[in-house]
Amino acid sequence: MITYIIRRILYAIPILIGVNLIVFFLFFVVNSPDQMARKILGEKNITQEDVDNWKKQNGYHLPLFFNAEASDGGYFTETIFFQKAAKLFVFDFGTSDTNNIDITAQISQRMWASLAIALPTFILGLLVNITISMIVAYYRATYVDFWSTIVAVTVMSVSSLFYIIGGQWLFGKMLRLFPISGYDSGVNMLKFVVLPVVIGIISGIGSGIRFYRTIFLEEVNRDYVRTARAKGVSEAGVLFKHALKNAMIPILTNVVLAIPLLFLGSLVMEAFFAIPGLGSFTIEAIQAQDFAIVRSMVYLGSVLYIVGLLLTDISYTLVDPRIRFG
Amino acid sequence: MTSYTSRCCIAFMALVFLISCGVPNNPYPKSERNEEIYYSTFVEEPKHFDPAISYSSDEYRFLQQIYEPPLRYHYLKRPYTLIPLTAEAVPQPRYYDARGRQLASEAPAASVARAVYEIRIRPGIMYQPHPCFAKTESGALRYHDLEGADVSGFDEIKDFLMTGTRELIADDYVHQIKRMADPGLSCPIFSTLADYILGMETYSAAIANGQADAPFPGVEVVDRYTYRIILNAKYPQFVYWLAMPFFSPMPKEAIDFYNQPAMKERNITIDRFPVGTGAYRIETLLAHKEIVLVKNENFRVERYPSSGEPGDREAGLLDDAWEVVPFIPKVVYKLEKEYIPRWNKFLQGYYDSSGISSDTFDSAIAFNETGDPSTSEELKAKHIVLRTSVEPTTIYLAFNMLDDTVGGYTPEKRKLRQAISIALNYEEYIEIFRNGRGVVSHSPLPPGIFGYEEGEAGINPYLYNWDASTNRPIRKSIEEARQLLAEAGYPGGQDRKGNPLIVSFDNTWTSAGATSQLTWMRNKLEQIGVTMESRTTDYNRFRDKVKNGNFQIIYWGWHADYPDAENFLFLLYGPNSKTLHDGENAANYDNPEYNRLFEDMKNMENSPDRLARIREMNRLLQRDAPWVFVYHPVTFGLSHQWLKNNKPSSLGGGNFKYLRIDIDQRSGSRQAWNKPIVWPIWLCLGLLILGTIPAAITIWKRERGTQ
Repeated sequence: MITYIIRRILYAIPILIGVNLIVFFLFFVVNSPDQMARKILGEKNITQEDVDNWKKQNGYHLPLFFNAEASDGGYFTETIFFQKAAKLFVFDFGTSDTNNIDITAQISQRMWASLAIALPTFILGLLVNITISMIVAYYRATYVDFWSTIVAVTVMSVSSLFYIIGGQWLFGKMLRLFPISGYDSGVNMLKFVVLPVVIGIISGIGSGIRFYRTIFLEEVNRDYVRTARAKGVSEAGVLFKHALKNAMIPILTNVVLAIPLLFLGSLVMEAFFAIPGLGSFTIEAIQAQDFAIVRSMVYLGSVLYIVGLLLTDISYTLVDPRIRFG
Repeated sequence: MTSYTSRCCIAFMALVFLISCGVPNNPYPKSERNEEIYYSTFVEEPKHFDPAISYSSDEYRFLQQIYEPPLRYHYLKRPYTLIPLTAEAVPQPRYYDARGRQLASEAPAASVARAVYEIRIRPGIMYQPHPCFAKTESGALRYHDLEGADVSGFDEIKDFLMTGTRELIADDYVHQIKRMADPGLSCPIFSTLADYILGMETYSAAIANGQADAPFPGVEVVDRYTYRIILNAKYPQFVYWLAMPFFSPMPKEAIDFYNQPAMKERNITIDRFPVGTGAYRIETLLAHKEIVLVKNENFRVERYPSSGEPGDREAGLLDDAWEVVPFIPKVVYKLEKEYIPRWNKFLQGYYDSSGISSDTFDSAIAFNETGDPSTSEELKAKHIVLRTSVEPTTIYLAFNMLDDTVGGYTPEKRKLRQAISIALNYEEYIEIFRNGRGVVSHSPLPPGIFGYEEGEAGINPYLYNWDASTNRPIRKSIEEARQLLAEAGYPGGQDRKGNPLIVSFDNTWTSAGATSQLTWMRNKLEQIGVTMESRTTDYNRFRDKVKNGNFQIIYWGWHADYPDAENFLFLLYGPNSKTLHDGENAANYDNPEYNRLFEDMKNMENSPDRLARIREMNRLLQRDAPWVFVYHPVTFGLSHQWLKNNKPSSLGGGNFKYLRIDIDQRSGSRQAWNKPIVWPIWLCLGLLILGTIPAAITIWKRERGTQ
């Protein structure tokens, strides 16, 4: 297994270089360093001299990919790409372009706010979705199954923004049960977390039920289930003891892959609930054309995704003894 | 029922009971509920708190509570009036000719070689408590020789246990002016100031070459409380810069303290943690969440103003005259990016003041028969107060005067632009798209600026006729616009060869409401036979197009730095052309007569002579029509009845110290407006239980093989 993990880590290196290249290319297709400087310095009374000065201060005065005038053979190293991207591989995210804040410190600080919403939404949502899916699978081909499908498709079809604004209006404004938005640390956090978590679960319930129901239906039609039924195991026992255990592989694929990405937060949810997480951090950076933060967050997202895939593979061996790494 | 289920039910009922007992939607901790705290919001994270760098209104609202330049604007008086803040008086410049002989104050600008501003600050003003001033028992600065280990785990200034203070001195102001010349700081007004302050450019170049002790003849300390700024020309508007945070004092101890490598490593910098003499200091800085200001313990005795403009007394704005300020010990700003939650929390009483967006305008504001705005019935029931003010801002459409079709100075080209200006009925635009929140402009100057004229004298005679019976300007008819267009060589919107006149409109309008605005513009121009093509791009492309002169018409605006006609009329001064000289003249208008008048006017004191020149300049602009004058925005601000002394101010900052809160009124209102409604929870629970009964019966039957 160790060999397999090392091999996967080695595979990740060219992927991460590629991701960096694509981000770098896309960002500078839309923005030149001059435009970044003007955006960051402001509109009023800015001269080209100010722009050049800012670029020099922040290392954007170099060529993008190839420096023909470089000394000592630094044709590729004395470029913006190398200077900015190379440090990412040792997780040195540096400071932001707009206000020189330490990006690593911001990530470690804001990560917890994102997790405070994402983790309970994920865990509770998973429990709710699996439970309801099993019930629906139990009542397959009945009016319960029929109506749950209609409700699930309807819930899936509505924009998450509707749930957020509707939830704030209903629970925060009309019923006055929760603060409409905000965030606090410690115990005070609870009252701010309940509403976004509930909304997050409800908005994800449609797709969740449809996905897990399909998995369970696939399992209940297998031979081992028929055998269990023939042996007199009750329908509930078949579903909860036998089918659930065997449905774990596709569930794990979905779950383990999603866990690392929970750190990155939700862009819309965090903005509407004024939650100072990594989702709002990223969206603010995009709006401010802060390349340092954008590339760091994309890089982090890529790393977490690769880690997620690796964890998924490892988890297969834990739930299915037939799987071995070659 | 199992014991587990019964425990869950009890816990749920307890939660519902707790919710129904209190005010569960209150976002603030219990400890704050009866404190005099002003709550408001910010939408954009402030990026800079260094007064040499910051140049954004999002940052100024905080900076101006902390830093104190020598001058400020009177809180209540309008038009905006400069008064001393830390200075003893508003400085009067002394002028000298090239031989060093003193000149009269009305001396022509051409004869002035030096303008000297001598500023004397008031003794006894103390800085906020700050670790940069903390001393050891031996008198040495305690935190000025820090190693990394000394600040391990430190994130904020409050992590330092010891603080100190000292008196404000003239040297602090001189130090800050020198900082503005530091190329490493990229001060956004350096270029402007370097044109005037003697030797600033040379000093900056010397700093860039590492000569930290290079001479800077443009600033000097006279004595402990007096300093001089020497300009190389007459520049009467310079005094307004002295009211901006750029000219705040900066103690050397603070810069030395923050420049230590250990501090930089911890990202504890002057750009995040200001050191000022103002009424407030930053207690908590979590720019991604909240910013908390608390009263500066060392703030001097200052009193609430005793005079204002007519109507202030009736509005209760002078009830606290002569009282010692600040009234509010703590100000909490929460980051709220989205308008809807922000607005709802204001209605619940959790924010003390709010603006109004177009989405909620109709439910918040009602207009009476005379067209005057007031709050809607819903807001009146909550005793919410509306205050309006005209912004020192001008919004305009600029024609590119370098363009072959819409540019140029011939009578035909003027008529073309005048025809387009008449067709674009901005009275209608303001009603439809701004909910009436704007004053139609007739020149670049907004109300409240010297040179702005009311009534018939102030109208644009090329676009309006004066109706003596109603005392109002009447926009010229579409027929007149068509006639002008025909005289311009486009009868019916076609040139002599029969080609339709097509003009392009470059913009960055991508919001949901943009389509309707563009359609409105197209329809208005179609009335005179002109076809408008919209070219919507992202802001970077748009900016490049403007800079390269690759456009015909653009929509733009300007918010004044200071309340003087020069700060608006320079937007059309030829040498400020955006395309040719990278200036602020986006229209690239270059009329030698206008330029000459501007050069005369800019150095004059406000006087009938100056007014005559401004009138003449306005007439040239109205005739040449390089802009379609659009409007001056009107701000509608709402505040709860418990927030006292709240007067909107676009230029004057540092106003939190004048605000007062009736805490009993606020607590009572919040309690009354936020009683929770719990019966829907019981209803849903009941329905859920009812819904599970048939399901349970089915399971029971299935398990027993009866179904």
